[in-house]
Amino acid sequence: MSGNIWIYILVSGLVSFVIRNLPLTFIRKPITNRFIRSFLYYVPYATLALMTFPAIIYASAHPIAGAAAFAAGVVLAWKGKSLLTVSGSCCIVVLIIELLLH
Amino acid sequence: MEAVKGKGFAEGMRDGIPIALGYLTVSFTLGIAMKNAGMTAFQGFMMSLVNLASAGEYAGLQVILSHGSYLQMALMTLVANARYLLMGCSFSQKFSPDTPYWQRLLCGYAITDELFALAIAQKGYLNPVYYYGATFISAAGWAFGTAAGVIAGNILPAWIASGLGTALYGMFLAIIIPGAKKDKAVLAVVLAGFLCSALSRILPVVSGIPEGTRIIIFTVLIAALAAVIKPVEEEEQS
Repeated sequence: MSGNIWIYILVSGLVSFVIRNLPLTFIRKPITNRFIRSFLYYVPYATLALMTFPAIIYASAHPIAGAAAFAAGVVLAWKGKSLLTVSGSCCIVVLIIELLLH
Repeated sequence: MEAVKGKGFAEGMRDGIPIALGYLTVSFTLGIAMKNAGMTAFQGFMMSLVNLASAGEYAGLQVILSHGSYLQMALMTLVANARYLLMGCSFSQKFSPDTPYWQRLLCGYAITDELFALAIAQKGYLNPVYYYGATFISAAGWAFGTAAGVIAGNILPAWIASGLGTALYGMFLAIIIPGAKKDKAVLAVVLAGFLCSALSRILPVVSGIPEGTRIIIFTVLIAALAAVIKPVEEEEQS
């Protein structure tokens, strides 16, 4: 890790601030372009899916534990469980399996 | 300037308590991921304070981990936080027309899924002072939770830390899966995301591209394709 971590933080903070404030200051009116609205609607789903899988599998010491956590998370989220239940269960599944394999 | 009537700072702080508690737990796991990226507790604290975004910060971490460029950092943050652009549009309708710019900017700093929902739930125009109260306690929970996560990551054995870190992915699943259940187009987007992400780790050439850049490219491709094939109806958006 080099010393430029602070520049990374500064850059990300600036971008976060600007993207939130663009509509509040400059756009003001709702976005009417259907393509842009649709694109912005799908973006979070695409980016979160890309960041979650297969990263969740490689995040733990044993891929089996990560895969089990992924399966548990998908099933519980599909059943409409709360955010804390889903994430807590993923965490517990990984810890139990890693404890057994440790 | 005439002040907007409504709940004030103290009420904002009170209504922000449940949000702050949730943030405390989420940011704790984010802090563990930051520790794994080699960040200090203070750096994690500042990163969370200036960004106030879970997916955005996690995305930024991928750039830090892969020693990416500052431009990559900017693009990654932009893509991961793109949804705030949409929220900002609805949010701006909640301000009285005579709300000064500096107050809009201060509120705009704290557009998050949860605080946005709180603001939209208020009757009539939003009193910025009320929003400051909710923001103050939530941002504190977010930043201190991150710092605590980094510290815990340093103390706990690696396998426990990585287990706790899995909670972050669980949270991402809790956000995308219910949307995929309701909307087939979202389901297709999520599955395409999983598939592209998995394939891009194995395929030659593509796997040579840093992970952060891959996420940006595939996000834009998948979302643009979905927007062309299945444009959203007017009423699907608030």
